[in-house]
Amino acid sequence: MSTQNEQPLPFTGILDQSPGTLPGADLDWMRDLRTRGYARYVEQGMPTVGEEAWKYTHLKTLEDTVFRLAGEDDATQAVDSLPSIFGGVRLVFVNGIYRADLSTEDDLPTGATLESFAATATRDANWLQSQLDSSSGDALVSLNTAAMRDGYVLHVGKNTAVAAPIEVVFVGGVSDDPIAVFTRNVIAMDEGSEAQLVIHRCSAGDAPSFSNNVTSVSLGQNAKISVTTLQEENDTATTFSSTHVNAVRDSVFQSLALSAGGQLSRTEQHVELNGEGAHCQLDGTYLVRGSSHCDHTTRVDHLVPNTTSNEMFKGVLDDAARAVFQGKIIVHPDAQHTDGRMLNKTMLLSDKAEIDSKPELEIYADDVKCAHGATSGQIDETALFYLQSRGIPEAKARNLLVQSFLGEVIERIDNETLREAITEKIVSWLPGGDMGGDNS
Amino acid sequence: MLEIKNLHVTVDGTEILKGIDLSIGSGEMHAIMGPNGSGKSTLSYTIAGRDGYDVTEGEILFKGENIVDMKPEERAVNGIFLAFQYPVEIPGVANTTFLKEALNAVRRHRGEDDLDAMQFVRMLREKVKDLGIADDMLKRAVNAGFSGGEKKRNEVLQMSVLEPALAVLDETDSGLDIDALKIVADGVNRLRSPDRSMLMITHYQRLLDYIVPDYVHVLAGGRIQRSGGKELAMELEKNGYAEFAAEDAAA
Repeated sequence: MSTQNEQPLPFTGILDQSPGTLPGADLDWMRDLRTRGYARYVEQGMPTVGEEAWKYTHLKTLEDTVFRLAGEDDATQAVDSLPSIFGGVRLVFVNGIYRADLSTEDDLPTGATLESFAATATRDANWLQSQLDSSSGDALVSLNTAAMRDGYVLHVGKNTAVAAPIEVVFVGGVSDDPIAVFTRNVIAMDEGSEAQLVIHRCSAGDAPSFSNNVTSVSLGQNAKISVTTLQEENDTATTFSSTHVNAVRDSVFQSLALSAGGQLSRTEQHVELNGEGAHCQLDGTYLVRGSSHCDHTTRVDHLVPNTTSNEMFKGVLDDAARAVFQGKIIVHPDAQHTDGRMLNKTMLLSDKAEIDSKPELEIYADDVKCAHGATSGQIDETALFYLQSRGIPEAKARNLLVQSFLGEVIERIDNETLREAITEKIVSWLPGGDMGGDNS
Repeated sequence: MLEIKNLHVTVDGTEILKGIDLSIGSGEMHAIMGPNGSGKSTLSYTIAGRDGYDVTEGEILFKGENIVDMKPEERAVNGIFLAFQYPVEIPGVANTTFLKEALNAVRRHRGEDDLDAMQFVRMLREKVKDLGIADDMLKRAVNAGFSGGEKKRNEVLQMSVLEPALAVLDETDSGLDIDALKIVADGVNRLRSPDRSMLMITHYQRLLDYIVPDYVHVLAGGRIQRSGGKELAMELEKNGYAEFAAEDAAA
């Protein structure tokens, strides 16, 4: 730990040379935003395990590896295959930069726009400015503000429903040397609008990569968005994702994070329930093996009366994998009749695997319903014996029990196609890669 | 069918079974009765091959082959079935999926093809009729939220689907009211056949009114203390296990 302070702060050498090539360089407010972000990052420094919020997650890669910023040239790399679940609208980013030739943008209903951050910065800079929150965030968010280059911007207008799920693909690691990618994403759902988003994070190369992704979500009255993130990067990837949600009256934010890749991933969600009837559901499932590290950190602020939140994170750890769950529900003094629930369960398949789980409630109102819980354990030996005693081979019986364990989260996915796709991903992650039989 | 010779079994370093001898012929129904802690469940788990039940001496011959080193799934596909005292709930795995996985494992071992979905459903319909099992119970997750009676009926259903050569019924009567007991007992009786042997393990004589055994053994202190016909069960009902507890203490 002691060497940390002696090392130069990552990215300072690159960023302080005023990055004039970044999108929006011609906009005063954008230049100002970046400068302030950079100054704050330098002031805050890299998070260390000495800080409460980063106690269990050590960003070692950023100490050991020197990354350069991904640039336009990195976006032109050839990519062999791209994931798709629905075959509909799909935005593709290679090394964090939009690729029009790989994307399909037709079929969006009138009233909905989906484009790259760089495109919005050119087309409607004032609107974009209104969506970028510059006031808050820890060091990595500040760093993102300084270095953000591209990302997706989804704006769904009043009472517009986008029926078919939208997919966004981030392909990383397509490089010969270590590169860093900074994406800034915006989801703006106007009053009464509705959409579903599926984000793929995957790798098409072996180069070490660092990606830092900040997403702001604003939900108008009665708006509803569902965001599913499928993290399947290779084991040289370090990924930090931070989503900031502002939900007003009767709006719903629903998310599911499947974390099954990367050397280190930290997925943060910060939700402010700002209007009566607002609801958020934050779900996650993590499948981690090898020496990988997976962190889910959530914070839900219940700010007004009659808001609800429900979190369920369940994961499976093998080998020397490590996972972290930090969940915090804060019920503010005015937030009477809050209903907040949080559950974290982990199945450990190896003696060397480790889970650090820290569910927390901070309640300043007196008439609320809140519950939280965390458990970890091994495969139930009695259940294993039960399956074996019916002739099911041990390896397959173990896989069935892992699926059974994760089923509670998967059943919460409304979209059947998505539910099946995620079930397939879980099955393919399991040892042996399949059930060896028909499960219909 | 099953021959147990001088079986010693240790669980967590404690010897529970201290030399069991038991021989079950084809088509025979044997009952093992005994007080709590006598080793009844240890015997059933040991026959089925549960991890942690270490055979330190003796052998278990099934169809003439010593099965002591076989994994539970190998014993199962070879025709041994254990009906659990407490069937395990497995949320998220549909009962039909489970039954089909199990049946196809057994069929593959016998060199038969897997049943396809249609064949399987047709076969299952036949089997569930007599057990009063609703479609809904097949679609639900294995034993999840089942009543005690439903769980035991589900065990009998599995037995009828897998058609074992030897079925061990561990406290099949526990937790059942009289109506549920009759349904389960009828199900077991229907599965009796000249080439299927059964070993019924129970604390109470009540079950034996509905499933009539050919032989009754009293297990106490890790040994079989007495063997006889079904009249032995009546005697136990009258006198209890006190005399065997005394024999155990003396031993």
